[in-house]
Amino acid sequence: MKVSTLARRDFLKGGALLVGFSFSGALPALALAADAAQRPPQRVLDLDEVDAFIAVRADGTVIIYSGKVDLGTGHRIAMRQMVAEELSCPVARIDMIEGDTALTPNQGPTAGSSGVMRGGVQLRQAAATACLALIERAAERYAHPAADLKLEDAYVVSSDGKLRVGMGELVGGRPFGVKMNPKAPLKQAAHYAVVGKDLPRPDLPDKITGRHVFVHDLMLDGMLHGRALRPPAVGASLLSMDLASIAHLRGARVVRIKNFLGVVAADEWTAVRAAAELKTTWSDAGTLVGHDGVRAWARGGPFLRDETLKSRGDTSAVGATALRATYYWPVQSHASMGPSCAVADVRAGQATIWTASQATHRYWPAYAAMLGLPVENVRLIYLDGSGCYGMNGHDDAAADAALLSKAVARPVRVQWTREDELGWDPKGPPQLIDLRAALGEDRNIAAWEAEMWVPIATANLAHVPLLAPGEAGIAQPAGQSVGLIAQNADPPYRCANLKVTAHWLAQAPLRPSNIRAPGKVANNFAVESFVDELAAAAGADPLEFRLRQLADPRGIEVLQRCARRMGWQARPARAPAPARGARARGTGIAYLHYKHNETYVAIAMQVEVDTQNGRIRVERVACAHDCGLMINPDAVRNQVEGNILQTLSRTLIEETRFDRRRVTSVDWQTYPILRYSEVPELLIDLIDRPDQPPLGAGEAACAAVPAALANAVADAAGIRLREVPFTPERVLAALRAA
Amino acid sequence: MPSYALIVNGAQYSVDSWDPEQPLLHVLRNQLGLTGTKFGCGAGQCGSCTVLMDGATARSCVTTVAAAAGRRITTIEGLGTPEAPHPVQAAFIAEQAAQCGYCTCGTVMSAVALLARTPQPDRAQIAQALDGNLCRCGSHDRVLRAVARAAREGRKST
Repeated sequence: MKVSTLARRDFLKGGALLVGFSFSGALPALALAADAAQRPPQRVLDLDEVDAFIAVRADGTVIIYSGKVDLGTGHRIAMRQMVAEELSCPVARIDMIEGDTALTPNQGPTAGSSGVMRGGVQLRQAAATACLALIERAAERYAHPAADLKLEDAYVVSSDGKLRVGMGELVGGRPFGVKMNPKAPLKQAAHYAVVGKDLPRPDLPDKITGRHVFVHDLMLDGMLHGRALRPPAVGASLLSMDLASIAHLRGARVVRIKNFLGVVAADEWTAVRAAAELKTTWSDAGTLVGHDGVRAWARGGPFLRDETLKSRGDTSAVGATALRATYYWPVQSHASMGPSCAVADVRAGQATIWTASQATHRYWPAYAAMLGLPVENVRLIYLDGSGCYGMNGHDDAAADAALLSKAVARPVRVQWTREDELGWDPKGPPQLIDLRAALGEDRNIAAWEAEMWVPIATANLAHVPLLAPGEAGIAQPAGQSVGLIAQNADPPYRCANLKVTAHWLAQAPLRPSNIRAPGKVANNFAVESFVDELAAAAGADPLEFRLRQLADPRGIEVLQRCARRMGWQARPARAPAPARGARARGTGIAYLHYKHNETYVAIAMQVEVDTQNGRIRVERVACAHDCGLMINPDAVRNQVEGNILQTLSRTLIEETRFDRRRVTSVDWQTYPILRYSEVPELLIDLIDRPDQPPLGAGEAACAAVPAALANAVADAAGIRLREVPFTPERVLAALRAA
Repeated sequence: MPSYALIVNGAQYSVDSWDPEQPLLHVLRNQLGLTGTKFGCGAGQCGSCTVLMDGATARSCVTTVAAAAGRRITTIEGLGTPEAPHPVQAAFIAEQAAQCGYCTCGTVMSAVALLARTPQPDRAQIAQALDGNLCRCGSHDRVLRAVARAAREGRKST
């Protein structure tokens, strides 16, 4: 999309130029503040002000300002539904502005499944407060008792219908000027007209017809195409370069700031070729442990400290137990389909950065510091990227674009390559987990110890350190981020004697960041695989073993409904014994209460293991899912499907491979992901609880997938897979060893 | 600068390219403004850049502008619009068959090519036809349902 003439649209009186996603095709899909010199009006952004979240135009249409963004997850419809419900206003009359540091309140990053659960709930409370304010205003203006007024179809109406005044007439184009009222009453679930409906997502028609503007598609007047050249080894220094090597590429320019090296050109193909053909010499560096060395490294440290995360009762009973096992989760890439991209316009002391960041507000001061500009001169505007599932390369691409744009004083678009994305996106960290347990006389879990060897999250780290400032020698906070990696390492079952310990590794094998359901995927893989091992020791059916030790009725219900959906046949958990015959079929189940206080999930799986070639074929996956109130059940289902399939891919196939110098799995052949022909039948049972708060759906289900798969393989083939990915080589090795 | 005659979505264009090896993808996106076709890998491994060339799927990231000259090229924009989507696009919308949507256009193109040669594919045939299109969000099941729906609707309408 070429933005040469601005699609100007006045959202409010005073004429702001905004980036927004309009619901109706009749409105411009994107109104761009491409002219960075034109500053947006000062908006109220305090989280305790209704005006930070909601504005009403004179025509009665509504704008939502959301600090949380839609990462392909359906927030764009869900947020509208939550606001529409409280304002009694059709969703089609609501526009939404996302993740713009000049316009949206700072609601924190769009991470941790918090979009609806926290961001949406804030918006809903703003809408409920706005509803009260509208009624009060009408009551005052028309001297009508407020108790007799209500909002209906975007009008304030009296019970006899004689008073009927539009929202636009009451407050259109003007601020509400009221504080958020945490007690503003919410609509009762029994009266929901919009929430709970499978309304279609507003962005999909454009996405499916190729009209949607991703950040990759943003093209500004005078924009140059840029590429950053990363070193051949992590930490290497640029010794020299030979500009003559690209002299034949007309219009290519090289930008070097210490070890940060980039090329720009007006023509993208010129930039691509310049990046490929520029001859450079780098110092050697061989600081990495290599993917095969991660397990030994994790046990060896250096460690920052040990920490007891949970402790109750007396776990000494595990001292003599034979029930012990070690589980390993490897380094993985977010592996976004579209390599990261960003556009930056840094000129005349002002910077506008269009980015697919999950955290525009968090990175705002980082870019200001990197560019040496006051934050008020810097604006980050979210535009959709390729799905990221945690912090992929988007924030780094934005830093690349910003540095290059500043250097050449032109807008610059940086498009990472496939090799950049798989090689340099911050990685999901590895996790090594030891579990020990003892069974009581009742054959239930009597004591449990978990010890994990995991990279630490640096306390109070402002943001993940970025590549470009690091290479350019620009100061930035030091440390690493891995997300809340230690949760769900204790069983969700009754267990009086418990100890969970973390050995916090000072570093990670490769620069880490949060990856979907951080830590919980690996921890629950370990916990729920081990629970099956305990069930085998207890001679119990895996489902019954779980149910009899589970107190939470919502947990019990997801397990029962999942088992029903799968057609679960009670059987003792299988003790190790190699399968006979060429093909072995089995089923497994796993349970998760996300973070022990959010969404409930149970997943069951039927697999076939080919004992000749070691291949695992997942045939059917059943899932029961309870995330409380569902705002848009089909959007929840879409997330649950995605969680299941993506995590099957991560569990079956994926490991970032690297040697002493660099990541070597840098394309789809060396870092393959699940393909269409490997997709199982999905049987999903969504439990709606309109009387409960809405919880997240973006992460929880994935954390129940690996153990369900491992347990199904154990049932099928009598082998216990404790290391991810479950490659044919690992399956065959386990069969030989069994 | 050499120029190349392209036929894209039924229209004739003459595009300049200093390099005959320039991928069609860049020409479509940067010179013709057809940004629905996406860059995913640059190596023909992921399918995000899929277009139709004389009715068959082609990876525009590894198809040179010289090789595309004179061929009949269809991009996602040539199928339908949000207001009047192509039947396959309509089926994708009906099934809400996308999450981030980055791989979607390439997948739609592969599905269109499949249904042109196999109007009534079974699920395994659809999956096989889409195996060159990667999806990271895990929208596969919806996409399979959408293509099956498009086939069903196609049967009804003929």
